[in-house]
Amino acid sequence: MNKVDEIKQISGVNPLKCMKCGKCSASCPSFNEMDIKPHQFVTYVVNDDVEALANSKSAWKCLSCFACIERCPRNVQPGKLIDAARQILIRQRGQEGLSADEIPALLDEDMPQQLLMSAFRKYRR
Amino acid sequence: MRRIGVFVCHCGSNIAATVDVKKVVEMALLEQGVVHAEDYPYMCSEAGQSRIAEAIREKQLEGIVVCSCSPRMHEATFRKCAERNGLNPYLVEIANIREHCSWIHKDMQEATEKAVILMRAAVAKVHLNAPLLAGESAVTKRALVIGGGIAGIQTALDIADAGYHVDIVEKEPSIGGRMSQLDKTFPTLDCSACILTPKMVEAASHENITIHTWSEVEKVSGFVGNFTVDIRKKARYVNMDKCTGCGICQEKCPSKKPLNEFNRGLNNRSAIYTPFAQAIPNVPVIDASACIKLNTGKCGICEKFCQAGAIDYKQQDEIITEQYGAIVVATGFDTIKLDKYGEYAYNESKDVITSLELERIMNAAGPTKGHLERLSDGKAPKEIVFIQCVGSRCSDDRGKPYCSKICCMYTAKHAMLIRDKYPDTNVTVFYIDVRTPGKNFDEFYRRAVEDYGVNYVKGQVGKVAPQPDGSLLVHGVDLLENKQILKKADMVVLATAIEPNPDVRKIATMLTASIDTNNFLTEAHPKLRPVESPTAGVFLSGVCQGPKDIPETVAQAGAAAVKVIGLLAKDKLKTNPCTAKADELRCNGCSQCANVCPYGAISYETKQVNDHGIREERRIAVVNSALCQGCGACTVTCPSGAMDLQGFSNRQIIAEVDAICR
Amino acid sequence: MKYSYFPGCTLRNKAKNLDDYARACAEKLGFCLEELTDWQCCGGVYPLGADEIASKLPSVRALNAAKEKGQDLVAVCSACYHVLKRVNDDMANVSDMQTRANNYMALSEPYTGETKVLHYLEVLRDVVGFDNLKKQVVNPLTGRKIGAYYGCLLLRPSSVMAFDDPENPTILEDFIRALGAEPVVYPYRNECCGGYISIKEKEQAGALCEKITQSAAGYQADCLVTACPLCKYNLSKNSDLPIVYFTELLAEALGIKEVQE
Repeated sequence: MNKVDEIKQISGVNPLKCMKCGKCSASCPSFNEMDIKPHQFVTYVVNDDVEALANSKSAWKCLSCFACIERCPRNVQPGKLIDAARQILIRQRGQEGLSADEIPALLDEDMPQQLLMSAFRKYRR
Repeated sequence: MRRIGVFVCHCGSNIAATVDVKKVVEMALLEQGVVHAEDYPYMCSEAGQSRIAEAIREKQLEGIVVCSCSPRMHEATFRKCAERNGLNPYLVEIANIREHCSWIHKDMQEATEKAVILMRAAVAKVHLNAPLLAGESAVTKRALVIGGGIAGIQTALDIADAGYHVDIVEKEPSIGGRMSQLDKTFPTLDCSACILTPKMVEAASHENITIHTWSEVEKVSGFVGNFTVDIRKKARYVNMDKCTGCGICQEKCPSKKPLNEFNRGLNNRSAIYTPFAQAIPNVPVIDASACIKLNTGKCGICEKFCQAGAIDYKQQDEIITEQYGAIVVATGFDTIKLDKYGEYAYNESKDVITSLELERIMNAAGPTKGHLERLSDGKAPKEIVFIQCVGSRCSDDRGKPYCSKICCMYTAKHAMLIRDKYPDTNVTVFYIDVRTPGKNFDEFYRRAVEDYGVNYVKGQVGKVAPQPDGSLLVHGVDLLENKQILKKADMVVLATAIEPNPDVRKIATMLTASIDTNNFLTEAHPKLRPVESPTAGVFLSGVCQGPKDIPETVAQAGAAAVKVIGLLAKDKLKTNPCTAKADELRCNGCSQCANVCPYGAISYETKQVNDHGIREERRIAVVNSALCQGCGACTVTCPSGAMDLQGFSNRQIIAEVDAICR
Repeated sequence: MKYSYFPGCTLRNKAKNLDDYARACAEKLGFCLEELTDWQCCGGVYPLGADEIASKLPSVRALNAAKEKGQDLVAVCSACYHVLKRVNDDMANVSDMQTRANNYMALSEPYTGETKVLHYLEVLRDVVGFDNLKKQVVNPLTGRKIGAYYGCLLLRPSSVMAFDDPENPTILEDFIRALGAEPVVYPYRNECCGGYISIKEKEQAGALCEKITQSAAGYQADCLVTACPLCKYNLSKNSDLPIVYFTELLAEALGIKEVQE
């Protein structure tokens, strides 16, 4: 299976339903942090441009806040596509976004266990 | 054994690309009684029909099977061809090997097998077909138009001008519909009322038009040419003959709380009211739920002030029954509810409004007397944001999957009018696509951009956030710049999707007219019969059939009128001979068939019957063939198998099933 | 009324207030939270990948345990509630997930989404009733202007969560009103605080939280209330506005916790 099909399979999303309205990008709280914007992400998947997606910062900047999923009028759910691209990366050794060695320096005394748990799930296999 | 001919159509490549037509011919020749079989590229063409004619003559055919498209397309064509050549038209059967076979299958072998089976079933049936004769029924030369908006008014005027009488039934207190709520119309910017009211007056004064406002269709029975309709004339509590329309009652009425529907609930009206100044008839109605007198027995102020003595608190709803030859549905539309679009803060802020509400705000007779102002604080907005496609083009469960068609143009209109009248107010339009197919439409939109400086931004809005200072922060995106946009606005206007008037479901059910998943009425054919319902005698006018603007509505209204006139011009209609018939010896008078008959076509008679030498009186079902539409509900309900549908008899159906299972 | 209770990992550690007061208030209000034995961490985030199974199994175990006890399953933490409810929806409606999870778990009877997952707030609204809650308040929080902070996880995606209107929710406002305080409605109460991004991208989370708290402050809120430990962490790190758990407010109003000013 090629990577784009893998993204479609993991996400369970049909990117062809997109009508390019941009509501995802209008809603995204991480928009300014992303090099490939949520609506573009959908187009990149349609165009099979996995290379660009794999190298983009966007996969690590999505907050999984589900605003794009909630508001998308076409049920495309860009957040699921972005998450699938991240999954493809973290399922490869050496591609994780967070290593255990980094953790001690990041801790503070108020930090809830939930944050560590969530970050590990999102950034690592 | 009947001599049967089988004709297999290629329909160009529509059938022949998926079904092996030669094989179907070859298999047909093996069927009992088939003395002739052939294939031809276009059986419906003149050349194709002449081959059928030739075969009827030369092979003395007594039954014909045409393997082609749906009988809805060409059954009539082939029946006429048979009739012209001396064969009873009901001895023609269609095997639908296009819609039911070639169009829905990909594999040629499987499709061919299925086509052969469908052919066999039709051959088995046609052996048992009876030569039926169509009867005749008279035509009531009067039409009913349901809905008194521009669509209904135009249809009524055109029918009436042709010399036929028309009744308009309108559920609101006045005719006029949505168009009467509009301020200006695109692409010419002429005043909506100025072009609508002359038509309203013309309809009201036309000798062939009767208008029933504040009325609803209650019950419909009968069939094409002979409909019987009950109309509920709701109690108006005002005597139409006495009222002079002076308006003093509305002025003096102390109950001023009800929301003004005509102004989309943006202000209030009195309990006794006419919706707008140019209302026709200019006779108010009393809103019973808000009237103090009707609820408490006290008050009676309107009665006291009415010089004409027109107020009548004792008035009751009245049901009138009328006969019609044709019925036109012109029930129009409403905007969708925005409860599911919380991100636009429509329910949270008074300054987030729909385009139809803006229409009322811009209108001199509206809640702000035509001044563009914020409903929250009465201030003039300096920044206005328009959001397109709110609830249109949605495949989620919040909105409608279709394009509402009118929004791009009315938004350009609003933007232009605002920039013209208030040059220091900025206007931004967030759009997905600007769709302007129509005469002078794109030019109109470009004028908004080029001459009036309206700022069009390609992208949607994700959220409208009301701020403590009363402004609205619009979170949008500019897809061409690839930037998020934060725009502070004083007013946000939502181009809200339109949907068919919710009442249409009830009306469609009464008329047995079909509606689609979006509640739009279905056409008999989407291209070739766009103003007719599949139910004979029922016609469609305006947005009830699909989104359209005023010029299109008027054009369709005229087209529907022409169809009605064509029907009413006939003195007699041929009736469908495929009606139900009871076998006297088998019927036990149980009434089950009458209970399921949707057309009221079955009654009972006590009759002398001779049952194998035993003479006795029995209660027996009798079908009125003029009312029977051949739906077959009675035949499947009858416990003793006495009911049979001519042309689709139990024997014929079983023969088809046997042939399929062979 | 007895409920199975899923406290979650944070409520056992950094968010003890959320847990302790939830239990104490439940007792006072006449319902009982029976903690599931051997519950495992929900994972904090719902795995979005359609092919993820293993990471959903702890939730399936908890859901099945509640089913075996014949009880509804209550969570207090927004994240636990979100994950449990979405996994439950998968088990009810996604046949692939259903088959594979049940194959792995090999239960005596397959689990197919039978358990009803409730947030503590839903119990207050739908079982106790806010009118009834109001009657039990001994220290009404009169005069306090409190902004509800919903965040993402309680509300979205609304097709599965079906908790409240995803854009203009009211359950926390009604809760605040029942306790005698004045709810402050501000537009960013359902915008993201940054969530897990704050593990590394402190600045990004900071900017998002600032937008939220400034919006609330602009509408004169003097404190924000939340059901999520991560939201509380992120918001507290980036604002002077006090951020409290809804159970703390509840405990104050019911006279269980000393009133804070």
